[in-house]
Amino acid sequence: MALEVNGKTLDTDEEGYLSNLGDWVPEVAQAMADADECELTDNHWEVINFLREYYEEYQIAPAVRVLTKAIGKKLGQDKGNSRYLYQLYPYGPAKQACRYAGLPKPTGCV
Amino acid sequence: MAGQCKKIMYLHRRAPYGTVYAQEGLEVVLIGAAFDQDVCMAFVDDGVYQLKAGQDTSAVGMKNFSPAWRALGDYDVTRLYVERESLDERGLREEDLMPLRYEDENDDWAEKSSIVIVDRKEIGRLIDAQDVVFNF
Amino acid sequence: MPVLHTVNKSPFEKNALDSCLSHALDGSTLLLIEDGVYAAMRASSIEPRIRRALKRLRIHVLENDCRARGISEDALIEGVGSVDDAGFVDLVVEHDNVQAWL
Repeated sequence: MALEVNGKTLDTDEEGYLSNLGDWVPEVAQAMADADECELTDNHWEVINFLREYYEEYQIAPAVRVLTKAIGKKLGQDKGNSRYLYQLYPYGPAKQACRYAGLPKPTGCV
Repeated sequence: MAGQCKKIMYLHRRAPYGTVYAQEGLEVVLIGAAFDQDVCMAFVDDGVYQLKAGQDTSAVGMKNFSPAWRALGDYDVTRLYVERESLDERGLREEDLMPLRYEDENDDWAEKSSIVIVDRKEIGRLIDAQDVVFNF
Repeated sequence: MPVLHTVNKSPFEKNALDSCLSHALDGSTLLLIEDGVYAAMRASSIEPRIRRALKRLRIHVLENDCRARGISEDALIEGVGSVDDAGFVDLVVEHDNVQAWL
């Protein structure tokens, strides 16, 4: 599969995750969200940016439970719960948000 | 598995990049962490090299997965036993390892070290005390 | 030049290094690569073997494999040289033959 962004064709795997992490630009998230008919708000971006920072530091895409806990610690308890995160990302925060953030599919996520 | 908490140990015995065991083993730990079991890890033999500080694979075309060990605390894997004899044989000291820490939620989130250096006999006792040991 | 020997296994896990050292003739060269570089670390139980071998062999490690494993230059046994990828190629060219101990 492939994704058109800024006139460039980027490779993705069969589930739509970017093949090459280095290809990511914010427009990638926008293009993926457009395809899902999902409007990206500041709250969405907060999670995407958080995931990118997490990956940069630990080289893994966090499991949902870990993501929830870590977001709560960094952005406050009102955001560190699965209801909030599933509202933003109904397909699953780890799955959908990780994909928008250009990360690989979280380890152990089915 | 409801109500059943098994004692699980992941026993890592290989150096990080020469084979895929170390990285596969790490992934299994991260996956297994979703199941809320009583998990610990043990690093023996060449496995102690996995925790060596300062790994930089940028020039060899492989992923440096060592930063992921620092995320283990987030996954509630907070006991990493490292065998003293294995360190000694390899000329390594505790200071040569990455500092790995976790926040203890039962102790007002105090930061503590996840790494516990123990001798071979103690590793043997720990293995004996597990319900399951996964060997990588 | 005689033979360039390469060893890519950890000396703690496989006997490739010992086998190589017992077969390598005086004056040949040993290049440690991949997990083989662990043999060149100072203060390990392998150090005496490497020190003895240094009296009759030239011994090098591949720089990038050391860096990947967090082994800095000053952690290497004295007398062990460090080569980059181009240096590896030079060694291969300088020698009549390459023997890879796998």
